Amino acid sequence: MLAEVLLLARKDLRIERRAKVALGQVAPLTLLIVVVFAFALDANAPLLEIGAGGLYWVAVLYGGTLLTQRAFEIETEGGNFDDFRMSPIKVHSLFLGKSLSLFIQICALELVLTPAVLLLYDVQVTDWLLLIAAGAAGAVAFSVCGVLWGVMAAGLRVRSTLLPLLLIPVLAPVLLAGSRAFETALGIRADAGWSWASLMFVIAAVHTVVGLAAFGFLLEEN
Amino acid sequence: MSTVVKFENVVAVAGSFPVLTGVDITVQEGEIVLLQGKNGAGKTSLLRACAGLIRINDGSAQVFGFDMRINRQAPRRYIGLLGHENNLYRDLWAIEHVEFRAVAGGGQRGDAAEALARVGLASRLWSVPISALSAGQRRKVAIASLIVNRPRLWLLDEPHSALDAASRADLNAILKEAAASGATVIFASHEGVLSEELSSRVVTLRGGQVVEDSSAR
Repeated sequence: MLAEVLLLARKDLRIERRAKVALGQVAPLTLLIVVVFAFALDANAPLLEIGAGGLYWVAVLYGGTLLTQRAFEIETEGGNFDDFRMSPIKVHSLFLGKSLSLFIQICALELVLTPAVLLLYDVQVTDWLLLIAAGAAGAVAFSVCGVLWGVMAAGLRVRSTLLPLLLIPVLAPVLLAGSRAFETALGIRADAGWSWASLMFVIAAVHTVVGLAAFGFLLEEN
Repeated sequence: MSTVVKFENVVAVAGSFPVLTGVDITVQEGEIVLLQGKNGAGKTSLLRACAGLIRINDGSAQVFGFDMRINRQAPRRYIGLLGHENNLYRDLWAIEHVEFRAVAGGGQRGDAAEALARVGLASRLWSVPISALSAGQRRKVAIASLIVNRPRLWLLDEPHSALDAASRADLNAILKEAAASGATVIFASHEGVLSEELSSRVVTLRGGQVVEDSSAR
């Protein structure tokens, strides 16, 4: 199964490397959002500092949604989703392979956004380990949720508008937990940051289990 | 000779529209069956039903002995489907795409070059992004992607489309070879003489039913 997961993830990442959608379009766009927030709230620097965690995760949410759409767009280009459904790769491997490639892309996005937030919002990291753990947990949660809900929308003509509608409410708890964990990691609030990061891992784990169980059904019923 | 497809009074509905309205067809191993009929006759739906891509609502349907009403995923590992769309990854090179299909299907990466050579795609085009290839060249890559998996049942929808005369003849030779080695081919086509020359049997559909089933030769 691991070979299949890696095969699929490698294929997706190779396509992204050529198409340059993730780093060439999505990353600059989310970076722009962070910059726009900085301009919009610059007159109120304390507010910007307090909201840094939340603004960061809003940007990740937006970019993650775009990346999820792209992950399924490559399977549905030309209006044909049949080949993905006919794939001899096992259903669990399809789910995990797609999730892995999306996870790597979201991590890359976070690597671009994190220094931008630190620089533009003038915040300092007080707990790097928590910041990295929350970032990784968020990337896992976003990727497995994205693949689970992305396959549901993939076969539909209205997928470009339906996916954000489905995905954003589901990811709202991740957004909340990520914001709180980042606020602790940035020393903005003395809160239970690790509890929030743990909650993100739990959400990711739950969606992974649900995804493994439901992905095949959703793929078939699309 | 074993039975590959056995449909009895099969009814399939897409949304609220009946696409198959009582299809009876039995296809044996090694046959090359041409599906004929006007647009909307049910040719594509029958191919998709054989591939397990549409739900059977009534009747009895078996592919390789698997009951398609209970487990329509099971026979897919033996099936190669070429639809109207080529479904290629536009940003991959031709060779990368076929290698991916080969490995995903349990084959060897090295089979890809042989398959691309077999469909007559010039080797200088193997390392070119698929998006840069012509429609006929893309069709060849799609056909090579089927060849590498050595399907036991080929389901082809207008397989000759976009191919030039020489490539069409090549494709016919490939399909005849496959049938000679025990594979079964079911294809839908409007190509007339070219298709009838290839097929060992012609099935005509109308209104989602088989209305004529005859041997072409």
